[in-house]
Amino acid sequence: MRYAMAVDTLKCVGCSDCVVACQTENDVPVGHCRDWIVEKMTGTYPELQLEIRSERCNQCANAPCVRTCPTEASHYSTGGIVLVEEDECIGCKACITSCPYDARFIHPEGYIDKCTFCIHRVEKGQNPACVSVCPTHAMIFGDLDDPNSDISKAMATRKWKSLIPEAGTDPKVFYLL
Amino acid sequence: MIEEIITSGRMNPEIDPVLHVWGWEIPFYLFLGGISAGILIFSAYFTLRNRQDELPVAVKWMPLAVPGLIGIGLIALLLDLSHVLYFWQLFTNIRWESPMSWGAWTLGIIMPLSIAWIAIWIEDIYPKWDWKFDEVKAVVNWLKDQRRIIAQILILLSVILGMYTGILLSAFNARPFWNTSILGPLFLTSGLSASAALVSFFSRTEVEKRLFTRIDIILIGIELFMIVHLFMGHLAGTQVHIAAAQMFLGGAYTVPFWIFVVGMGLILPFILELLELKHKFVPAIVPVVLIVAGNLMLRFIVVNAGQASRWLY
Repeated sequence: MRYAMAVDTLKCVGCSDCVVACQTENDVPVGHCRDWIVEKMTGTYPELQLEIRSERCNQCANAPCVRTCPTEASHYSTGGIVLVEEDECIGCKACITSCPYDARFIHPEGYIDKCTFCIHRVEKGQNPACVSVCPTHAMIFGDLDDPNSDISKAMATRKWKSLIPEAGTDPKVFYLL
Repeated sequence: MIEEIITSGRMNPEIDPVLHVWGWEIPFYLFLGGISAGILIFSAYFTLRNRQDELPVAVKWMPLAVPGLIGIGLIALLLDLSHVLYFWQLFTNIRWESPMSWGAWTLGIIMPLSIAWIAIWIEDIYPKWDWKFDEVKAVVNWLKDQRRIIAQILILLSVILGMYTGILLSAFNARPFWNTSILGPLFLTSGLSASAALVSFFSRTEVEKRLFTRIDIILIGIELFMIVHLFMGHLAGTQVHIAAAQMFLGGAYTVPFWIFVVGMGLILPFILELLELKHKFVPAIVPVVLIVAGNLMLRFIVVNAGQASRWLY
């Protein structure tokens, strides 16, 4: 099982609903966020191109945060989801500096926090909160090892990219182009 | 034109807009760790060469400072941890892929070993020293018999300690400025250089002073060579490495680095120490203060600049 997410950049309108849904679902402390929206503008006026992406932890298969963690607090869980075990985290912040996506942050209680792909929902067969609320159905969540899953089909038929694959992280969040 | 902005207002403290999760604690600790490693390497090396009576400050006196220096460094490290009550987790896990893990273990071993090393020499320094208990005396005598083995272990562990302070940073490929393997040897050399300068400052004999001044001159030369290599490597690298090097070649770190670290922390003391060897009068305190301050500043700048460098996407 390899959990992954695909964000359709042609459907995403950047409404930030996913951000709010995540903060509500996961009780993310005020002033912090586990996911965010990036707007990328390329070209010269009047020929401009806009790409909108909902970004989060890329749940890398070769995660630098897991590698640099001195205590095994950062670890791979079900389906390759990268999680932080609060009671093993010493707050050394090595994982934060090793993440090229700046996807982690310091929880006010001291441990390091990040996107969990809503593993508590996924284990019940539900979609992550951000995916479930997306008003334009721009996000697809599923198992890459299942050829019949929606995400496998989308990846097979659409053009896609991932973020900074050259950092060698093998990210599991994809952007459909 | 390419413009990327976060429109949902991400402002995670210490992450945005520029990463700054490591404040003064980490560079300060790297500085103390580097000097401790340097002191122990010199002390153990010249013990193995049987020159302890000729070079008393380097072999017998300087190690007295090590447990204190490492202790202060450890306090700084603990202050940096945001979930500090769980710090013991460092010692219930060994993670070979994580430099921080084997650094913690190295420190855990080197701390008691440096105290044992002091115990070996303390009677040479204070002839009236009394261990009070026969059991302690027996242990110390046993340690004295193992002097050469302990010295060898100490050199190995101190080299690891000195290198690891740099490798800790170079293991992060997410921060291009740190992502160069020369950082380990550079920090080791600069730690050795600072401790050589301290030995030559505190030493009372001409032989020891001149030897360590000469050693320090060579070490500064190696350091300058490595700094040039650091930038050659980055400039010959990918776009993100070039951008990282640009922070020092016209960017925000240009003046602090080239004037204070390279100019006043390396080249100036290099010249002053050369003059000392030629028997010109140089106030002894000047080169050592310059070198130690440059050492500290190098680590502050490297830690801060690394956090400011990133993958552009």
